[in-house]
Amino acid sequence: MEHDILIEARGLTRRYGPNVAVHNIDLTLRRGEILGLLGPNGAGKSTTMKMLTGNLAPTGGSVKINGIDIALEPKKAKQSLGYLPELPPVHPEVTVDEYLDFVAALHGVKKADRKAAVAKAKQSCGLHEVSRRLIGNLSKGFQQRVGLAQAIVHQPPVIILDEPTVGLDPIQIREIRSLIAALAQNHSVILSSHILPEIQAVCSRVMIVHRGRVVFQDSMAAVNAQNASRLAAIFRNAPKSFVVPGIASTQSLGEGRFVFTPEAGTDPREALIAASVANGWGLLELKTEGRTLEEIFVSLTSGETPEMKEAA
Amino acid sequence: MSAMLSIARHEARRIFVSPLAWTVLAVIQFIMGLSYALLLTEMVNNPGSLNQYSGVADYIGGGLFGFSAVLLLLIIPLMTMRLFAEDKKSGSLTLLTTAPASLTEIVLGKFLGLSVFFLAVLVLMALMPFSLSGGTELDNGRIFAGLLGQLLMMLSFGAAGLFVSTLTKEPVIAAVGGFGLLLVVWLLEAMAYGGGMFSDLFRHLSLIGHFEKLRRGVFDTADIAYYLLFITFFLWLAVQRLDVERS
Repeated sequence: MEHDILIEARGLTRRYGPNVAVHNIDLTLRRGEILGLLGPNGAGKSTTMKMLTGNLAPTGGSVKINGIDIALEPKKAKQSLGYLPELPPVHPEVTVDEYLDFVAALHGVKKADRKAAVAKAKQSCGLHEVSRRLIGNLSKGFQQRVGLAQAIVHQPPVIILDEPTVGLDPIQIREIRSLIAALAQNHSVILSSHILPEIQAVCSRVMIVHRGRVVFQDSMAAVNAQNASRLAAIFRNAPKSFVVPGIASTQSLGEGRFVFTPEAGTDPREALIAASVANGWGLLELKTEGRTLEEIFVSLTSGETPEMKEAA
Repeated sequence: MSAMLSIARHEARRIFVSPLAWTVLAVIQFIMGLSYALLLTEMVNNPGSLNQYSGVADYIGGGLFGFSAVLLLLIIPLMTMRLFAEDKKSGSLTLLTTAPASLTEIVLGKFLGLSVFFLAVLVLMALMPFSLSGGTELDNGRIFAGLLGQLLMMLSFGAAGLFVSTLTKEPVIAAVGGFGLLLVVWLLEAMAYGGGMFSDLFRHLSLIGHFEKLRRGVFDTADIAYYLLFITFFLWLAVQRLDVERS
């Protein structure tokens, strides 16, 4: 069965006694999408992922993987899943080859195809030189890669990765990122992280979770488009008021610093420079500034923001 | 079904690549060898103890299996402690629970893998009485009954230990708990001797009573049924326990 929507979670809620870890999260993952799940520690990212993969029964709500409800037909739904939890689920006492062969068999890869599947996963994750080594003797970075190989060895349509780059060095992080980008051509990926550049680098859509609720959700393209939305400038002799065509509002930050919000669809930079020269305002600096992902993240997750109150 | 067999094969591999399995096998074999030698010496020194009711198979086989039951009670919790506790501790149980395999398949798979180890114990143990078959006429039926009892008892110990292993994340606690549980089931026999209204119930529930008959070569369906029920009950409990954990 081909479905365009690979994961559909509706009203996902999880309570631990009186504590609500995840509250009413809706999540949709389409084919070919990389969804970044962002949030501070303890926001409910891992809990959400556990529920999506059937490792934790939700208190409320439903999860459909590839159109199949995971609570009703867990075996069938799980065939479409590859999951890398926070701790790579490896068996330290066996070799990489033995382990991956087992994982492939466990996911129903036929004996004849298993060798090729294992070889492909090893190549994707750069594990060839450690094939015959015991997993327990590998470094943390390599164990993480084995964990990643485990999630993709059976070529599932949906791959869920919980902080895949933890414990890796910068070069490995870049390799894993390009691997994830390559995977997204044939698979859909959900990726959690609290490292912003990582999400920015690979994801096509971002979702910020805070205290178990979704506080922001948009495509990366929209986030990037917002980036060029404001102008920040510094003047030596700033006037009391700016009358420049194309500027909708002005905000003074003191010491000659100003932030301008342009009218929609206009770029008032040239006009601003011309006005500064004509009136002797002494323009020292002018740059575009917008809400970066980091600003969005910080404003939404630090303290009680208006949006939080709204959500509560 | 195929997932269960994959888990069983992998679990057997994990057991046999660990030094623990080989150490346990070596210790069992050493102690059993010692008691075998003692039994043989005793028999040779007192040939009068053999008569038409009690032959070599009884003397050596029965003696050996009676002793091994105690040894296995001590050692099997060590083999079962890691089954789930260690996987829970390291987080690798997630691999199985995310895979397209039901909890029953996971539990049965692990149990089957463990049974491979028990078979190894059994074969090593069988070598001792059967090595006498060159020199004397053995009552093979008696020895086979004893071996069957041995296997059923190991499987029962294993199932109980497996269940305890699902209760905790610490393998050592699983071992202590498993040992405690087995000892209690074992001691039910002693409680039965005390009389009282429950003494019949205790006698039926005790592991050792059912083993005694098989050890002496009496094959009774009730005993076999007891063991099978015992094993099924604890494996079912393990599945329930894992299911509770998920919610």
